[in-house]
Amino acid sequence: MNIPAELKYSETHEWIKCNADGSLTIGITDHAQDLLGDMVFVENPVPGRHLAAGEECGVLESVKAASDLYAPVAGEVLSVNTDLETAPEAINQDAYAAWMFTMKPDNPADVDALLDAEAYRRFIESEQH
Amino acid sequence: MLRQTVLNAVHRASGAKMVDFGGWDMPLHYGSQISEHNKVRAEAGMFDVSHMRVVDLSGSGVRDWLRHLLANDVARLTVPGRALYSCMLNPQGGVIDDLIVYWVGEDRYRMVINAATTDKDLAWMQQQAVGLTVDIRPREDLAMIAVQGPQAREKVWQALAGSRAVSETLKPFHAAWLGDWFIARTGYTGEDGFEIMLPAAQAAGFWQSLAAAGVAPCGLGARDTLRLEAGMNLYGQDMDETTTPLETGLGWTVWLRDERDFIGRSALVEPRRQQVGLVLLDKGVMRAHGEVQTSAGNGEITSGSFSPSLNRSIALARVPAGVPIGEIVRIAVRDKLLAAKVVRYPFVRNGQSQIDL
Repeated sequence: MNIPAELKYSETHEWIKCNADGSLTIGITDHAQDLLGDMVFVENPVPGRHLAAGEECGVLESVKAASDLYAPVAGEVLSVNTDLETAPEAINQDAYAAWMFTMKPDNPADVDALLDAEAYRRFIESEQH
Repeated sequence: MLRQTVLNAVHRASGAKMVDFGGWDMPLHYGSQISEHNKVRAEAGMFDVSHMRVVDLSGSGVRDWLRHLLANDVARLTVPGRALYSCMLNPQGGVIDDLIVYWVGEDRYRMVINAATTDKDLAWMQQQAVGLTVDIRPREDLAMIAVQGPQAREKVWQALAGSRAVSETLKPFHAAWLGDWFIARTGYTGEDGFEIMLPAAQAAGFWQSLAAAGVAPCGLGARDTLRLEAGMNLYGQDMDETTTPLETGLGWTVWLRDERDFIGRSALVEPRRQQVGLVLLDKGVMRAHGEVQTSAGNGEITSGSFSPSLNRSIALARVPAGVPIGEIVRIAVRDKLLAAKVVRYPFVRNGQSQIDL
């Protein structure tokens, strides 16, 4: 299971990277892409949209199933990875390189409440039992 | 406890992602179901379909019994090895199962039925055979491997000594013996190829020989998108005991050209629903049970997915009779209404798109 130690995680299987400028980069985890299988279609939130924590803000469709994308914390969408519109399979190839969107958190401290790598690993294991 | 085919350990050793498929522990894919799909369309792939049940039928009463049991007519099988696709109906005209039956020789047939329906099929068949000279023998000692794709036959000939001689001249929907192996030019992908029934103990060796010949292992994920593109129904999804073959695009398999009395015949009436193909015009993926809004009322998607060959979503749907080919319908996908076009299927056959958009 590939769970990079330097990232934060949500229970809805997003990874969150804290950037030096205070923004966050968000994608879905390797575990999530493994569950979904071959990705065929991605819908990201529109830049400028304000998201509440836990709000549905996008869709990932694989051959097998559709899955929602959730905002890990409250904040404003800054930019989205438009490359995924034509190459959604990049998520299967490297889920941590294929970021989905960036956001500016309303409250930077909200990130501290997210799971660290070890807690996310335990969370996945608990889901499997 | 999930049931396993004889190839289970081989799949796991190949890194397959396994899933529970109707009580069987089966490979979903070996890495990417889209690459497996493309491999079958362009070259050759193999599927472990040993969860399906081979049933050998024999006895002096077997031909008349099958003519009563099946909606298609085994009397149309006039050459040994010839195969027939048929539905087995209940008295209400509902589909108990869809199957392939091969005429093996005088008073001998071989049938292949679905995995999830095996027990109820056998019970129904036994019940219909009471008092008749019919022997029904499920062959749990056999495995089945489907090799499909434009290069499939050539690869089988490379991998299996003696197979070319017995199968090179086989026409589609015909089968031949190679010792106790049974080689049928049938499949569930819309491509050329073979379905091979063989002693279970020899399955792993044959699988490895095929892999060495360059045949890609493929899972149930690719099998589903391939059969959907080929416009082939999946039992339990596109039809079941509550639908007749006439409502599910299988009218062509119901043989009504004489007065033969088969189970379900009297219940078959002009259908009020029809099965059509759908191609999504908007972005997204249609899924089973999605609502279809047409000019003649609402219908339902029975199978929907992303088509790797067409690079858009396709579906089979049951809609009111009278919805014309070419109509643009609305599909409820998640919280949106998307546009789809009603089309004739198959969507893809022998690697070629059959759809004009």
